[in-house]
Amino acid sequence: MFRPSRLGATALLGAAALTTLTACGAAPDGAAAGAAVKANASTSAAEIGGMKALVAAAEKEGKLNVIALPVDWANYGELIKAFEAKYKIKVDSENPDAASADEIAAVKARKGQKRAPDVLDLGIAFARSGAAEGLFAPYKVEAFDKIPAGQKDTEARWYNDYGGYVSIGCDAKRIKTCPQTFADLLKPEYKGKVALNGNPTKSGSAFGGVYAAALANKGSFADIQPGIDFFAKLKKSGNFIPVESTPATVEKGETPISIDWDYLNAGYADQFRGKGVDWKVSVPGDGVYAQFYSQAINKQAPNPAAARLWMEFLYSAEGQNLWLKGYARPVLLPAMTADGSADKGSVAKLPKVQGTPSFPSSAELDKAKAALAENWDKALS
Amino acid sequence: MPVPSPSPTGPAGGTRRRRRGPRTWLATLPLLVFTGLCFGLPVAALLYGAVTGTDPATGATRMTGEHLQRSLQGPYLGSLVGSVQLSALTAVIGSVAGVLIAQAVVTSRRTWLRSAALTASGVLANFGGVPLAFAFIATAGISGVVTRLADLESLGWNLYSFTGLAVVYLYFLTPLMVLVIIPALDGLRPQWREAAQNTGATGWQFWRLVGLPVLAPSLLGGFVLLFGSAFAAHATAAALVGGSVPLVTLKIADALSGNVLVGQENVALALSLDMIVIAGLVMAVYLPLQRRSARWLR
Repeated sequence: MFRPSRLGATALLGAAALTTLTACGAAPDGAAAGAAVKANASTSAAEIGGMKALVAAAEKEGKLNVIALPVDWANYGELIKAFEAKYKIKVDSENPDAASADEIAAVKARKGQKRAPDVLDLGIAFARSGAAEGLFAPYKVEAFDKIPAGQKDTEARWYNDYGGYVSIGCDAKRIKTCPQTFADLLKPEYKGKVALNGNPTKSGSAFGGVYAAALANKGSFADIQPGIDFFAKLKKSGNFIPVESTPATVEKGETPISIDWDYLNAGYADQFRGKGVDWKVSVPGDGVYAQFYSQAINKQAPNPAAARLWMEFLYSAEGQNLWLKGYARPVLLPAMTADGSADKGSVAKLPKVQGTPSFPSSAELDKAKAALAENWDKALS
Repeated sequence: MPVPSPSPTGPAGGTRRRRRGPRTWLATLPLLVFTGLCFGLPVAALLYGAVTGTDPATGATRMTGEHLQRSLQGPYLGSLVGSVQLSALTAVIGSVAGVLIAQAVVTSRRTWLRSAALTASGVLANFGGVPLAFAFIATAGISGVVTRLADLESLGWNLYSFTGLAVVYLYFLTPLMVLVIIPALDGLRPQWREAAQNTGATGWQFWRLVGLPVLAPSLLGGFVLLFGSAFAAHATAAALVGGSVPLVTLKIADALSGNVLVGQENVALALSLDMIVIAGLVMAVYLPLQRRSARWLR
């Protein structure tokens, strides 16, 4: 085993020599390096010298690495295009279907590398644990103060971006009367028709579905068991099918009733209107559960200024309205409704919901997840 | 590098063997390096991750048996058991069905049947993952074509269950068995059968005393291969049954790349280690049996 290690040493030496050489070559162009360092440490656009300076620094970097942003999810495709069109920055989108755990793994594995993701769109639990591990750079976007208090980290290491409600999507061409509540789902007429978007121990939206079912059945944020029992009952009656609902199964009619985020279900309605699927979306009144995703900047972002500019873009009226156009509810929606900057057409198209959402605490969420991981298999098999 | 050739009037065998030693070892070096890099390193990383834990607050790493212990409890243990059950069942059925089909093909005089069966097996044995799952959803799912035409639902058919999954697995496991067992069946010489018949053996006696013992190593090998394929399959099951049939590969995926459970990576590694141990146990049963029956072959 001498050869590989000697080879490794040579490679290392070579790399070191190359780095030195490149560093020497880059020395005269000190301005960019200075700005990058500055952007890396800055916690607001003002610290860099205002939005203009931030745009200049970001365009100098010219690149933004994003991960886990599916183009058909909450209108991310249009967001990326709009950002690229507005600034001279190329968005490099990696592994669009990745999960939050993959994002955190990518940040950890590629510390200090050029290919590391700059910004992250995370499930709330991963945002919290990532912040605790010191993976994120604190940064306050200009609209930071308008984000509701319960939806941001006090140190601005993460804050919610967009979210939605657990909803019931239903193919009105195949189902005579679409279910409106969780209680409806138990009716015998829905035998072999009800699906979740994945496995709730893995998929955030499926987890939301079980949480909402718990709330609909005398459970609480701290007690998800009634939700698990509800799905056990659905499974026993034959109504529940464990197939993971995807655009393909929806179009095929295999998952004629699908519990999913309202923005995804509403998106399906648009997508399949011309294809013989009349997809209706309702937010069940007996189990109202909303969940938001969170945005964070990688502390060791290879393009720190572009990362910060992306955040400013997402939390501008333009970015928020683009999410809204994808049926997601942006975190600034209440503020934007108040000051009139929210796109009224998009707001009118959102599935109707009564009341304002409330959110489980960290401890409640952990407890619910532990209970789910322990009992879901048993209930369903 | 010039290699000293052994002198024709060389010394006794012992010395010669000793001199040949280092060169033989050199020849295996690429293999050893490859194995070390592609198998050794991941296993070492797996082992390390399975027995250590990192404190999120301090970042300190310490040894712990906690992950291994968790991987052998509750739903994780259930998923291991579920995987072994499904793999063993499908491997047994797949082996038997595969051998019967292969025997029919081998004894048939029609060459087109043989080439058709081999081609089909080659294609089907590699048909897996999400495309396979969706093919089954479209044909035998709840609103599938076959389900509706044949009214399978009234017969109690449900694709999204343990049985349904076993049927889907057999769809690619049986052709795999056909592929691996046909050469062995070809190796059964007709003369042996004739000799057995000449000495008054019945067909059953021939198979019990000659055919099966000779085939045993290949059969066992095929079974182990099928077991391994089913045990490691992930995408098909993930698309088909989600979390409702507990399988260890699904659990690993949940723990490793999920949106719900935080900090489960090490449990996933521990589960992978459990999988290696189970695969090792299966091999450990297979190897001595194989050696025992291998003496029947030249």
